[in-house]
Amino acid sequence: MNCSGWGQYPKIKCNRFKFDKEASLKEFISSHNNLIPHGNGRSYGDSALSENIVDVRQKDYFINFEEESGLLHVQAGVLLSEILEHFVPKGWFLKVTPGTKLITVGGAIASDVHGKNHHVEGCFSECIHNFNIMLVNGETATCSKETTPELFKATCGGMGLTGVVLDAKIYLKKINSQYIDQTTIKTKNLKETFDAFEEYSDTPYSVAWIDCLAKGDEIGKSLLMVGDFRDDGKLDYKAKKPKSIPFNFPSFALNNWSVRAFNWLYYGKVKERVSKQRVDIDTFFYPLDAIGHWNRIYGKNGFTQYQFILPKEVSYKGLEEALTAISKSGKGSFLAVLKLYGKANDNWLSFPIEGYSLALDFKIEKGLFELLDQLDEVVVKYGGRIYLTKDARVSKKTFEKGYPHIESFRQFRKESNMDSKFQSLQSKRVGI
Amino acid sequence: MSYLLIIGAKSDIAKAIAREYAKNGYNLYLAARNVNELETFANDITVRTQKAVKLIELDILDYESHHAFYDQLEEKPLGVVSAVGYLGDQGKAQFDFSEAKKIIDTNYTGVVSLFNIIADDFEKRRSGFMVGISSVAGDRGRKSNYTYGSAKAALTAYLSGLRNRLHDAQVQVLTVKPGFVATKMTKDMNLPEKLTAQPEEVAEDIYTAQQKGKSVIYTKWVWRYVMIIIKIIPEWKFKEMSI
Repeated sequence: MNCSGWGQYPKIKCNRFKFDKEASLKEFISSHNNLIPHGNGRSYGDSALSENIVDVRQKDYFINFEEESGLLHVQAGVLLSEILEHFVPKGWFLKVTPGTKLITVGGAIASDVHGKNHHVEGCFSECIHNFNIMLVNGETATCSKETTPELFKATCGGMGLTGVVLDAKIYLKKINSQYIDQTTIKTKNLKETFDAFEEYSDTPYSVAWIDCLAKGDEIGKSLLMVGDFRDDGKLDYKAKKPKSIPFNFPSFALNNWSVRAFNWLYYGKVKERVSKQRVDIDTFFYPLDAIGHWNRIYGKNGFTQYQFILPKEVSYKGLEEALTAISKSGKGSFLAVLKLYGKANDNWLSFPIEGYSLALDFKIEKGLFELLDQLDEVVVKYGGRIYLTKDARVSKKTFEKGYPHIESFRQFRKESNMDSKFQSLQSKRVGI
Repeated sequence: MSYLLIIGAKSDIAKAIAREYAKNGYNLYLAARNVNELETFANDITVRTQKAVKLIELDILDYESHHAFYDQLEEKPLGVVSAVGYLGDQGKAQFDFSEAKKIIDTNYTGVVSLFNIIADDFEKRRSGFMVGISSVAGDRGRKSNYTYGSAKAALTAYLSGLRNRLHDAQVQVLTVKPGFVATKMTKDMNLPEKLTAQPEEVAEDIYTAQQKGKSVIYTKWVWRYVMIIIKIIPEWKFKEMSI
């Protein structure tokens, strides 16, 4: 069957394996190579693509919840959206959530995802008590930061290359409202945007939408949105039904002019420099989940997301350079997200480091890869790194430079014979 | 406390229905053969929703046991959903009558036996709802699965008559005709994406239609129109076709 990630690029033929019992997974692992676990298919590029895909999505049982500690035990195929649906009304929320709730718990571990509160709570691995993982020899290991530190550091952020996560115990956090008090700060340039991030660094959630087609003095103009949960006891959360885009848009629908118009409207609808809103969980955390199959607006050739992060001390210079290159190319992205991150963790391939990250969506078209190569140079020059979960094309050379622990990861995979069994198109390309 | 009884509870559609009703406040009786295999699933629902889930052994082909099965339910259910289904092997059913009989008895005879008992109770209580999952395969016989299709056609006619009978007693009878659904039963078929529903969509459609008091639904809804076209094809032409 045909398989692709969320970006619909690349598309390959693959063999999808679903399993009911652990014994059949064990048998499948022992009799196949080129395996990669696959959750809800929301990583953008080729992280979860391989000749043989182990489909974990249907392993979606809730196993236990401890009310006193907020410890939730679920199978790896449970979606974050399912956790929210059942637990927000009881006053619980995810400690760490990315910008989509349509990912599995297994996927959250493999990508060691992060969210708007990275500067406060860190990555998803911070909320993990432990998890069970089926290793290359078919044995199941219970893994936690304390008991099996190497396996933990390799698996959290390890893109599914260490085995198949079967279930996990994660801590939820207490909330007393499904609403967030949001403050929107409108900035005129990159300097103002950076200042605003610093000014609001005590607010637990923050992210900026940045107009990446802005030119000259306006480069870096943004809407910074920060917020925190209210305390009004309103927990009547009901997930909104997404409106779905039923088919791929023609590829010309998204172009320099339509993106420019969108950015103009989006930025222009905010009048004051600082404004306040009350918004719900879905609006604040998951705006794009409101549109099912939004990936189809990029057309059938697909798109890629380019997300990189630069160390804080060089972020300003590096971003200015990157934004200038993007603006010049005219290859705009109307989903461009800027965020200030907190400290890096110990996991070998987790993406976040302390600094600014920029994420941009690009339609696959002529000239795009040349632009991305150019951006790679900026990233390498300033000691930054690329996020594997979004990637479909980065070179081995560029990738390795950003991840100083890469040899530990490679060594660990080799010693445990994982490297000959678990592989994705991406792992082969970047040599991990 | 209000219970929904689901028979044939091991199927993927049944499981999705169980989650949908539990989410909307129902406790559950889940009935199936070797029902203890549903223990982790029952636990899943309890952790998600804190609703009570009771597992009850049921062999749909052991008609003699059906009275005892229903009598043992201390609190009678508000409604029942039959998700019993056995596609079987059409090729085998053509030369091996035991396969044909199994297809007919599972999809039709067994459900009739049990629904008769429950219908009597609901009729006396003058309340309740009965949902039977039939199939679009029952709308017209095709060479690829006409044994299954004929059993579902019989079930559709049975449900229609039952609805007529129970109307005065204010008992709702809902006939559900799913088209393609991505389940264990169809996992080896190459189904067209646009016409194929996920079990969760079917469950949601059923819950909504049942709550609204509907009589017959197709799911996905587009199948109503697909089947209108398929039914309209004249027999002289249909018999030549391979669909």
